[in-house]
Amino acid sequence: MSEKVTNVSLVGVGGQGILLTSDILARTAALAGLDVKKSEIHGMAQRGGSVISQVRFGEKVYSPIIPDGASNLLVAFERLEALRWRHLLAADGKVLINDMNMTPVTVSSGQQAAVTDLDDRLRTEYPSALYVDALTIAKEMGNTRTMNMVLAGALSTLTPFSAELWQQAMRERIAAKFIDLNLKAFEAGRARGAASAS
Amino acid sequence: MSRKVLLSANEAVAWAACKAGCAVASAYPGTPSTEILEQVAKFKDSIYCEWGVNEKVSMEVAIGASIAGARALTAMKHVGLNVAMDPLMTYTYVGANGGLVVVTADDPGMHSSQNEQDSRNLVKFARAALFEPADSQETFDMVQAAFEVSEQFQVPAFVRLSTRTSHTSTVVDVGDDFGPGYPERKEYVKDIRRYIPVPMFARPQRLKAQERTAALRAFAGETPFNRVERGDDRLGIITSGVTYQYVKEVFPEFSVLKLGFTNPLPIEQVKAFAASVERVLVIEELDPFLEDQVRALGIKVVEHATELNMHEMNPVRLTALRKELLGDVELPVVTRADAGLPTRPPVLCAGCGHRSVFYTLAKLGATVTGDIGCYTLGAFPPLNAMDTTICMGASVGNAYGMEKAGKSGRLCAVIGDSTFFHSGMTGILNVLYNGGTITTIVLDNRITGMTGHQDNPGSGRTLRGDPAPVTDIAEIAKAMGFKRVVSVDAYDMAALERVLKEELDAPEPSVVIAGGPCRIAAKLTNAGTFEVDAEKCKACGACFKLGCPAIERGEPTPDGKRFKSRIDPVQCAGCTMCEQLCKFGAIKRVR
Repeated sequence: MSEKVTNVSLVGVGGQGILLTSDILARTAALAGLDVKKSEIHGMAQRGGSVISQVRFGEKVYSPIIPDGASNLLVAFERLEALRWRHLLAADGKVLINDMNMTPVTVSSGQQAAVTDLDDRLRTEYPSALYVDALTIAKEMGNTRTMNMVLAGALSTLTPFSAELWQQAMRERIAAKFIDLNLKAFEAGRARGAASAS
Repeated sequence: MSRKVLLSANEAVAWAACKAGCAVASAYPGTPSTEILEQVAKFKDSIYCEWGVNEKVSMEVAIGASIAGARALTAMKHVGLNVAMDPLMTYTYVGANGGLVVVTADDPGMHSSQNEQDSRNLVKFARAALFEPADSQETFDMVQAAFEVSEQFQVPAFVRLSTRTSHTSTVVDVGDDFGPGYPERKEYVKDIRRYIPVPMFARPQRLKAQERTAALRAFAGETPFNRVERGDDRLGIITSGVTYQYVKEVFPEFSVLKLGFTNPLPIEQVKAFAASVERVLVIEELDPFLEDQVRALGIKVVEHATELNMHEMNPVRLTALRKELLGDVELPVVTRADAGLPTRPPVLCAGCGHRSVFYTLAKLGATVTGDIGCYTLGAFPPLNAMDTTICMGASVGNAYGMEKAGKSGRLCAVIGDSTFFHSGMTGILNVLYNGGTITTIVLDNRITGMTGHQDNPGSGRTLRGDPAPVTDIAEIAKAMGFKRVVSVDAYDMAALERVLKEELDAPEPSVVIAGGPCRIAAKLTNAGTFEVDAEKCKACGACFKLGCPAIERGEPTPDGKRFKSRIDPVQCAGCTMCEQLCKFGAIKRVR
């Protein structure tokens, strides 16, 4: 396996803003002058299904797919999905979890059983995960739709890139009329991430 | 000088088409190829672009533009290429005038397809030129080269992508001079010996196609897209497309023959490479397209037990191969934590107008042949209201065929509006002409939904954003001669049940148009919110049968056997279906 490549897997539920977040991460890495590959699966996944996007950056990146057990960072936008994608994480990988539950329709409709010990299982699997209640923070910032940028802010503290590069990537990708709101959410998430690191 | 941008391979196709001076582009949407034309539309000032009604029509449009002397592009998913093969197989004899580039996006692993096909077989079958880019930069370079090759050799030139290249963004240097190119147009000269391949003209063209393959093979041996990366010669790996990336990751130290132009195969280059290494290993995604040809040259290829010729390639599968062949690696240690987790499958959106149709068909106990689109999700619990899905447009012929085979009971075909225009129209004409009695239900939501809301002949708008005539499906059916054509509001559950029962039971063929705009495309996802009055709810479970993601299990009954329902106000789109179903008046609009 190639050395010095950083692997980030972003997982969650269709509609949570995972693809935008991974796109901004990839742009940030490219702005830093690194080689980058961002790979995602669309299609059937759009209708409320489980979604995954992968970003790899480094001096030279070949495979767009991150091998199982090789993600240096796992960013889960939903708690159940954090468990579902456990096999992606490297032994020394870090985990960022959005402290949010979205009940799958298979459970809400009674076809499948709910997980009753989710807290315990998450604690066991990820004893040192960074939890961020991004939805609440986004609400405080004035718009729940910026939840993904709160998570991007928290994620930014786990990457080698400066806040300025992240913000530049956001400006490239987000329409001018929404950018201030999103930058504010990013800042709040970044503060939350930094507070937890110290 | 350079200008670097982060592009998916789909986006890179569009950028390259712009730079190469492509004048006409037509495609029908299909994952993973859809974004190609959406990106081309961003260059609509220099490229005329459109959503074709189906892939065959788009291929014919591109061929027409090529005959007229312009550079033309068509793009499709692998199964779309099946639809487009007929015009291609003859135009390959005629030979391109203006450059004709065909992009086919395969879906190894079937992320969003009903089968996996290796399109390379069809390109070889068509005696066309084939490029296989490994990333977005190569896609950008190869699409431009494909236009050149198409004109130089008078051949349709293919660029084969896969889900992984189509949907992976990588850094592309588009050059600091990026802008629309305006190459000199080829002249169109009337020439029936070329453009009308009746047998006497087609025979010499067949010979020309054979000679062209020899010339292209020589080109394949010279193009820098086919190159040797010299390393440890104890193993020499022949690979193409995105698979190259996995080879570099897992077998970084060995010699590689990286093929970017794979049909026709550069035979002499392959032979020379094989002779320069101790052992030859061929690694490719899906069929042994290269490997069979390499073996046919009499070259001994490393045998292995690791299965590589189905599903999507990835580094872990190649690590398993390396472990088998060299024994110097271990598979990654993986901890799983997904035991017992509930699945999260895709579902019809809250408020989707297809839901009532499937709910009603299940209630009527109908046998339902389905088609390709969001509505294929009607097959799954709790709706369970679809029996078959084969390919675009197949629902109608399938239901009719079942009828002719003597299938008893209520029988109908369900097809979306875009699929109806694509290839359902011919099917219903066949039913009428040959005396079938089945009912065809068109789920008319005025958009191509599953691929991300593309316009179609029913939506009143083109890819370029211009207004277009709105084609009325009921009028089409009437014009064909159907006596029983009924339009019904998909959101009126009582009317829908009455109409479907009547038409399914009628001893004559019928067409039902169950209409209602896609809630997402029409921005109706916030049309209201409903809530359940827990006092009135009798936990009868009727609303659960809709399979709406907004309807959740609430508190259990005292015996714990049944559950009252609850509505998630965030997801509820205010469609009223559950309110209509509730016999106890427990579901009320709150806004």
